[in-house]
Amino acid sequence: MKRFMLFALLSLGGVFAQSPLQQAPESWRAKSNPFAGDAQAQRAGAKLYARECSECHGQNGQGIGKAPPLQRADVSHAPPGALFWVLDNGVLWHGMPSFAHLPAPERWQIVTFVQTSMGRKKPD
Amino acid sequence: MQISCVCIAVMASFLPCAWAGEGPFFVTYTHQMEEPGNLEFSSKDVTGEPDGGNRFLGSALEFEYGVLGWWTTEVYLDGQATFGETTLFSGYRWENRFRVLPHEHWINPVLYVEFENINGADKTLLEVVNHDSQYDLAAPGAEARQEKQREIETKLILGSYVKGWTIAENFIAEKNVAHAPFEFGYAVGVSRPLALEARPENCTFCPENFQLGLEMYGGLGTHDNFGLAGTAHYVAPTLAWTLPSGTMFTISPGFGVTGVSAPFLVRFGVSYEVAQIGRKLKNFFGGRQ
Repeated sequence: MKRFMLFALLSLGGVFAQSPLQQAPESWRAKSNPFAGDAQAQRAGAKLYARECSECHGQNGQGIGKAPPLQRADVSHAPPGALFWVLDNGVLWHGMPSFAHLPAPERWQIVTFVQTSMGRKKPD
Repeated sequence: MQISCVCIAVMASFLPCAWAGEGPFFVTYTHQMEEPGNLEFSSKDVTGEPDGGNRFLGSALEFEYGVLGWWTTEVYLDGQATFGETTLFSGYRWENRFRVLPHEHWINPVLYVEFENINGADKTLLEVVNHDSQYDLAAPGAEARQEKQREIETKLILGSYVKGWTIAENFIAEKNVAHAPFEFGYAVGVSRPLALEARPENCTFCPENFQLGLEMYGGLGTHDNFGLAGTAHYVAPTLAWTLPSGTMFTISPGFGVTGVSAPFLVRFGVSYEVAQIGRKLKNFFGGRQ
């Protein structure tokens, strides 16, 4: 029983230690961004980012307080579906709300902006 | 009564914005929580003319604050004015909503607990329960205000987002802390923005800024007299319009569908959200960011 409890605690600890991007299920990570490479969607995403995200993550994604910076390689190189999953679910226990109330195309527009403007894509 | 609208407009012109709003509903709650650290000011008003009574204007001024990602708290200050009678403060409410599940699912439960300390003259109609009827709205204010209503109200809020549609169902159970049976009610709503994609430019009248919806709400009697008989029910189309500044206007004509319902109600509201108000106040008073 003690071993089981220890295993359960370690598993739980492992889940919480993962970054939200790593917690995205494989089925979500496999989703492709319908707006990838769309300049208009990137500009719309910039508008949505300013409205929905910048108060916590900063106007340039530099991060403020508990809200982490988004100008990071693991964000710009993450599968777009993983970012979409984080927007859909939030990270409630760490203060990020769910943005599922935004229609899916608007969330993809935000993903497009964050991944193209807040970090540099790895060269192919 | 309209002072609250003016206050919100003044605040909107001075404070930096976030987009307000839980959609176009007046009675139905969705599972959307307030963002932690954000404070939303809203005015929810309703006017109608019950049979045998004078036209009234009920107004609730709402302060909604996101405490944590899964916990939102709100305070309401209620008042009403009835033509030919007095204008009076009718009480306050303090509500808390708790999101139960950490991730989004096809249906998402939220638990709601509210303490109301209002009087019988309250005409804000923020919910309809039991056998609430238009005749309650026709009672003279001086007489109705003598009735104290200290009540605990609970709701099970269920919400879903499906292909741009918001669907919400609320089940209400209310109990006077001193006496009276459990009272039940419901509210359901669907809404959708006119466009699902945002345009690149800031625009006032673009379709993404408008949300259309329909809500239905009514009473379900008490635990010993449960059912639809003799209860009031309303069907109300709703429209919300959000300005690029973040201020949201909502309007909803409501139609009573049973004999005891008020025949016609018009609801209107305005809301404005201040993002990260604690940090802004700290900066304003000279604190470090």
